[in-house]
Amino acid sequence: MRPNIKKIVPVLAVGALVLAACGSDDDSSDSEAAGSDCSATIEDGVLTVATGNPAFFPWVIEDTPESGDGFESAVAFAVAAEMGYAADAVKWVRTDFDAAIQPGAKDFDVNLQQFSITPERAETIDFSLPYFTSNQAIVALVGSAAEGAATIADLKDVKFGAQAGTTSLEFITSVIQPTQEPFVYDDNVGAKAALEANQIDAAVFDLPTALFVSAVEIEGSAVIGQFPTESGDNTDQFGMVLEKDSALTGCVDDAIQTITDNGTLAAIQTQWLADNTGAPIISE
Amino acid sequence: MDQRTRRQAYEQRQRKRSLIIAFLSTSVVIGAIVVLIPLLPRWDRVRKSFFDGEIFADSFPRLLRAFWLDVQIFAWSVPLIFALSLAIAVSRNTRSPALFPLRAAAVIYTDVFRGVPVILTIFLIGFGVPGLFDSRAWSNPLIWGTAALVLSYSAYVSEEIRAGLEGVHESQRAAARSLGMSTSQTMSTVVLPQALRRIVPPMMNSLVSLQKDVALVSLIGPIEILRQAGLDKSKFANFTPYVAAAVIFLAVTIPCTRIADYLLNRERRRTGATAVS
Repeated sequence: MRPNIKKIVPVLAVGALVLAACGSDDDSSDSEAAGSDCSATIEDGVLTVATGNPAFFPWVIEDTPESGDGFESAVAFAVAAEMGYAADAVKWVRTDFDAAIQPGAKDFDVNLQQFSITPERAETIDFSLPYFTSNQAIVALVGSAAEGAATIADLKDVKFGAQAGTTSLEFITSVIQPTQEPFVYDDNVGAKAALEANQIDAAVFDLPTALFVSAVEIEGSAVIGQFPTESGDNTDQFGMVLEKDSALTGCVDDAIQTITDNGTLAAIQTQWLADNTGAPIISE
Repeated sequence: MDQRTRRQAYEQRQRKRSLIIAFLSTSVVIGAIVVLIPLLPRWDRVRKSFFDGEIFADSFPRLLRAFWLDVQIFAWSVPLIFALSLAIAVSRNTRSPALFPLRAAAVIYTDVFRGVPVILTIFLIGFGVPGLFDSRAWSNPLIWGTAALVLSYSAYVSEEIRAGLEGVHESQRAAARSLGMSTSQTMSTVVLPQALRRIVPPMMNSLVSLQKDVALVSLIGPIEILRQAGLDKSKFANFTPYVAAAVIFLAVTIPCTRIADYLLNRERRRTGATAVS
């Protein structure tokens, strides 16, 4: 019988696998414990800061974080200055919200994208100290079913929408627990489009975003209520995201503590974030 | 008692031999995979990230519930796609000059909806059209998402049907004409049955592809299986929910393709072809 090519190919494939298995090096990485080295950036002498694509108002104005306009942009520059990086030593990159909180090596030093600090996320990435305490708020079209709600019970029959993977969605499913399953979108743009298309009664965002959305982005909408910061399981606090066990975490924490203590952070908040009064508080 | 011919006996021995060789070869390959892949250095990490048993068990019931939505959307789309693409393919295949606007419309339709990505169609129709209505029932994203899917897929499937129609030899139409059948009678009793039987494999291809594209409806809000897998992935920071979703998809698509294969084989045996090995 002629040697059958069809029998030899699987054997060759198996042989290749064996060679690959023997030839690869052992994985040796044991991550270093979080340190306080301000110079351990991925690029020497430059602090790489990441934010969303696009970055929304009022966190970054006009999607240009390099300008320093916008709450998160200003906070990033203030923290960088404390860490020893002048404004021209800060490089901005963009990342996907979801991708930034997955485990693995990062292509940024710090990431600011309204990430709420949660224990689940803290297992895969490092959070800095909080730089903002947020609360959830509801945006709805004027005249919708959600208007006039004073307690969570009033919201049970409302059709909600929120961005996937956010604490806003968590808030809907675990605190409000409506009778209808909420609609979930890739980003806030989808939630806004659904509000305008009358597919949902209300969308949940953090308060500053909600104020911007209702004031500027959707005509005929309003922030019909906000929730106290203590609702739900966590007080919603934003922290900067760093790679797990990054050497920079201690340094970033020190910087945030400094600007909190000396009033810089409060000044930035007053400058860029609108006042929280006006929207009625919805109690549990 | 039927006596087997020498040819039949020979072929049966050959079949048995092929079976044994195939079995041995497959065992060697599977054995190699099972034994050697775990020896790769980063296998443990990959296994934890993609094949975590606990997370699989945790998300499976949720995914199954979300899959029910996919099944419903699918059940609605398939007959609508079939009807629309049949209409388009047949109108494109008309020959009478009086029906030219119909042919032109069909060509424009297929060009536009094949050229525009399905995602775009879903956003345009799923968010755009409901904005025109006031009532909640009519602005439901499920309706318009399904409509967008139907419009997109009909463009592709109509081309498959047209390929089948053109594959029926012209002599069939000539024979029907000489028997005095009208164009519509020819189409419905002679051409279409033959054409549809030929295009079962590519249609099955489209069907399987549709089962996965149903997931795109999640872009405009409804939580179906891939969105639920994504939410679980974010919650657990682990990709096992996607593997669980894949298992559910395979559990549905593999029987479908096997049924299609069975129909094909039955057709082949019926039309009298002998297998050349």
